Amino acid sequence: MTTVVWIAEGTWPACVDAARALAPEPAGIVLLHVTAPDVPGAACGAYAGLLGRGRPERDPGARLERAAAASAAELLDAAAARLGRPCSRLERTGRVEREVVAAAEGAGLLVLARDGDRNRLGPRSLGPESRFVVDHAPCPVLLVWPEPAPDVGTIPPPPRRP
Amino acid sequence: MAVLVCAVVRPWGWPEAVVAVPAAGLVIGTGAIPLGHARAEAERLGPVVGFLAAVLVLAQLCDDEGLFDACGAWMARAAAGRPRGLLAWVFVIASVVTAVLSLDATVVLLTPVVFATAARIGARPKPHVFACTHLSNTASLLLPVSNLTNLLAFTAGGLSFTRFAVLMALPWLVAVAAEYLVFRRFFATDLDAGARAPAAPGPAGRPVFALATVCCTLAGFVLASAVDVSPAWAALAGALVLAVRALARGRTTPAAVARSAALPFLAFVLALGIVVRAVVDNGLAEALGHLVPAGTGLPALLGVAALAAVLANLINNLPAVLVLLPLTAPSGPGAVLAVLLGVNIGPNLTYAGSLATLLWRRIVHEHDTDVDLREFTRLGLLAVPTALAGAVVALWAALHATGGRM
Repeated sequence: MTTVVWIAEGTWPACVDAARALAPEPAGIVLLHVTAPDVPGAACGAYAGLLGRGRPERDPGARLERAAAASAAELLDAAAARLGRPCSRLERTGRVEREVVAAAEGAGLLVLARDGDRNRLGPRSLGPESRFVVDHAPCPVLLVWPEPAPDVGTIPPPPRRP
Repeated sequence: MAVLVCAVVRPWGWPEAVVAVPAAGLVIGTGAIPLGHARAEAERLGPVVGFLAAVLVLAQLCDDEGLFDACGAWMARAAAGRPRGLLAWVFVIASVVTAVLSLDATVVLLTPVVFATAARIGARPKPHVFACTHLSNTASLLLPVSNLTNLLAFTAGGLSFTRFAVLMALPWLVAVAAEYLVFRRFFATDLDAGARAPAAPGPAGRPVFALATVCCTLAGFVLASAVDVSPAWAALAGALVLAVRALARGRTTPAAVARSAALPFLAFVLALGIVVRAVVDNGLAEALGHLVPAGTGLPALLGVAALAAVLANLINNLPAVLVLLPLTAPSGPGAVLAVLLGVNIGPNLTYAGSLATLLWRRIVHEHDTDVDLREFTRLGLLAVPTALAGAVVALWAALHATGGRM
């Protein structure tokens, strides 16, 4: 049974720490990063919108694509170093939420972090992508806090009933 | 129409000028435009095109000097590992770069640096890269050099360089501020995800020379317009200074400098101007004439800006501004500047600048088809009306304050 750890910018260290502590099989950890093509695509489109500059070699989209691939590899390296034990790495490209769900198929556990507005806990404490992943994951999900979890005292009092 | 189609489609990877220049020859040859009009249009566009070439070269040489990489290192340091801090500095830098070195510089040279900076501090890149693409349009209001549309209008509208900048300063600030507020809310999730402080701030060069040249060029613009000389000369001087230095140090070659002037693009602009003039002369003026609101009151300015934004989204901002200029120039500088607000801010509705480009790119499945159209359009629908309405009101206020209403 593998443990898939979703490595996303900003929130990944907590996921790696949780996987190290809680993975059912220490040897079967997969570090997953998904690159969304929309960022290079937007740069590409902005260049295409500049009417008359027909020089494909200046298109910033291609430079961004290379930079995105390099940054994904660096991120997975950093995550593997933090994990400090053998693991495999998985780099995918596409719609982030769908790729994560697809990569989790057949896994024993999926680890991800809360990445929404954590000042007001409620539906929005999960971003749209993590919401989709939590709803559609084909395996058990371990949802961790990127920072230490707030204590019970922060829960607001229950609404008064009439 | 065919010229526009070919400019968007670019059959067989031809430069746009391959179709546009013969088309211009055709409209002159068939008498669709009197030779006198064509010459007048060419004489009007000549200095504009020269100005544009100088600014393109200046921006490329600044990149060679390491100015943009230095901006990246500086933004990473200033952000101190906070994505919201980075976004604020991206807004500042992208707005200034767009205003001073034109929107091409932001799209081609700054966007990759911003992506790398976001990656370096471990922040999610999307808000910052999207900010660059939006600001390359919205922040191109300030100076005539910021956008080719401004250069075209600036010569037609009878405004001096300084007066243009004075009238557009407030709309520029308001539009950028509106975008900033929309971005902070729209990308709250990505910005809240956090980042880490830069592990090791890379060795950042200090391109003092490039920075000083750009500042002197800016001062040159103001000075030139004060003594009634074309500010294009200041841009040329700035480009020459950097080119001579780069050539002397063996950092560039004469061929590379000539390439960065984008000669086919300049020919395309000239030819497009003549073709559009022929189309406007042959009936489009009457057709659109009754759609263009007259006067310089606030409702008229809003109407003109909205019309310009719609037209820019349908065809593209360059032809849109060429069509609307002759129709609005009689109403005075206020109306011309309102057109610019529309054609510069409007293209943010679609990420490819216009529906025409967008549809074509979707049809041929260029590799940006993975862009989530809904997300980008939602962002545009929030940002464009907010920025445009705010900018028009600011323009109206600026016209009032300086007594510039005709």
